[in-house]
Amino acid sequence: MLDTLAKRLLQSIPVLIGVLVLGFLLVQLSPGDPARVFAGAMAPPEVVEQIREKMGLDRSLWTQFWGYVERVMHGDLGRSFISNKTVTSELLAAIVPTMELMIACLIWSIPLGIGMGTLAAVWRGSLVDRAVMAFSVAGVSLPIFFICLLLIQWFGVKWQLFPFIGRGGPLWTVEGLRHIALPALSLGLIFIGPVARMTRSSVLEVLRLDHVRTARSKGLNESQVILRHGLRNALIPVVTLVGLQAGYLLGGAVVTETVFSYPGIGRLSVGAILSADYPLAQGCILVLALAFIIINMIVDILYAILDPRVQKR
Amino acid sequence: MTALLTVSDLQVGFQDRGRIMRAVDGVSLSVDRGRTLGVVGESGCGKSVTSLAIMGLVPQPPGVIQGGEITFDGKNLLALPPKEMRALRGGRIGMIFQEPMTSLNPVYTCGEQINETLRAHGMSAPDKARARAIELLDLVGLPSPAKRIDDYPHQLSGGQRQRVMIAIALANDPDLLIADEPTTALDVTIQAQILQLMKDLQNRTGMAILLVTHDLGVVAETCDDVVVMYAGLVVERASTASLYSDPQHPYTIGLMAAVPRITAKAERLDTIDGTLPPPWVQIPGCRFAPRCPLATDKCRAEQPPMREITPGHQVACWFAPIDERITTP
Repeated sequence: MLDTLAKRLLQSIPVLIGVLVLGFLLVQLSPGDPARVFAGAMAPPEVVEQIREKMGLDRSLWTQFWGYVERVMHGDLGRSFISNKTVTSELLAAIVPTMELMIACLIWSIPLGIGMGTLAAVWRGSLVDRAVMAFSVAGVSLPIFFICLLLIQWFGVKWQLFPFIGRGGPLWTVEGLRHIALPALSLGLIFIGPVARMTRSSVLEVLRLDHVRTARSKGLNESQVILRHGLRNALIPVVTLVGLQAGYLLGGAVVTETVFSYPGIGRLSVGAILSADYPLAQGCILVLALAFIIINMIVDILYAILDPRVQKR
Repeated sequence: MTALLTVSDLQVGFQDRGRIMRAVDGVSLSVDRGRTLGVVGESGCGKSVTSLAIMGLVPQPPGVIQGGEITFDGKNLLALPPKEMRALRGGRIGMIFQEPMTSLNPVYTCGEQINETLRAHGMSAPDKARARAIELLDLVGLPSPAKRIDDYPHQLSGGQRQRVMIAIALANDPDLLIADEPTTALDVTIQAQILQLMKDLQNRTGMAILLVTHDLGVVAETCDDVVVMYAGLVVERASTASLYSDPQHPYTIGLMAAVPRITAKAERLDTIDGTLPPPWVQIPGCRFAPRCPLATDKCRAEQPPMREITPGHQVACWFAPIDERITTP
């Protein structure tokens, strides 16, 4: 287990280097002149030049890149052009709300998706199966911003059940929960569909296998057969999918956080990119990439737990 | 005297796009405590379906039990409520399957898989179950069972996995062991070991064994009685000795001739011409007629009934009793 972990950690180093390069280049390639933005639209060209020099934007790409890498290695991600706060502090302030949003989304949508998929597989062809499939197709096809708007329209405006702007506080407070309800609901809705579909097909496949027949021949009851020998083995591909989807979830969070004015990483990065706030945008990209790497690592660990054949290889 | 297990006139069909195909069409057989019955036939003749039907494991749908009776120790298994049937499965009736590589669940250790069947049949204390599992693994001849109990199936060889399967099947001291091609996927030396193991265990526990196989060599080594199946029907039933010394049905004779012999110098191996008719083809007369060298118009028109030729030796053929020399060139 520790071997796997160490290997995964080493493997993530090249990924991180790639992320640094890409993050740096992407921001360079994006339109908009940060010096101009910083100086303001009315500033005379000399002032813009001065600022450009001060920020180091006039130097060669290489020099800028090495300077950037060096600073990142020291934990210094620079200062936001806009707020003039350190990028690190901005990111730290945004990570917690985003993580809360992820947790609030996954904690109900994964069990529900797996449960729905299992039921659909066991009662294949029944009304339950068709309802689950229809629901998941809807979840996959509806754009998330549309789901957000629908939720705001009904739960927020019409019935006034939940607030739909901003964050109410930490997750464990009532206000925090009330504020996170709609964003977590909308994110979860796009998540359930793929999970339910994958679980369904995976369980169907596993239930056809020989060892399930063996389980029946041992005199186990149907629920033991389905849960212990069907679902348990079927979870292996589901975990992969959840890992991949969690990545999309970060993308979905960008939209969701923006629609609900939720102060997380997603909204921070959109703001940074729109206002050509280079250091902050690079910081956001770095954090999102790190999140991907961490999620993948968790998936690998879960893999080794779920499938003993993985560990021994 | 009533046998431990009696199957009479069992009919099992499978639904496929609206029509029902008969996989098993009136099979009767019986096996007694301490005896081994071989069920022989080529792939697709319905022998595996028969054994699954006894276990109540024919997937329904698409499978349909269309008729007949399966009596185990006086109880009609086909009419048994699911709960009682579950208690029998893995309890008084154990089953081992053809594919040891896939018959065990890869994500649980051998011990866990044995414990599961012990727990399902009432042994709940974990330490007791573990001790019993080690005892079972020792019984089936797995080396250093106390260590191997925590191994996952992928850490064992095919023969070792089949031993674990046998341990699972024997966990609750069954009266009947159904073995569906238990040695087909194993290489020959392991095959012999596994068969020997089953015989030893039978001598020790007095259980009945229903051995499904297509391998006549396996039958000769292990079975007391044999049932030969063809296209969902029993065509010949005899003691092993009688069947081998005096096979009566042309199909059986063909099967015997198809076994390669070291003494005969053959350019080609003998085969039975043609193939098993697919189950959706209705054959009015004897099902073997299209492939039978002796077939007459009567064979093609009328299905021969089972007749007793010599005591204990029954055959469904209009020509019986026949001389083996007629059919083998």
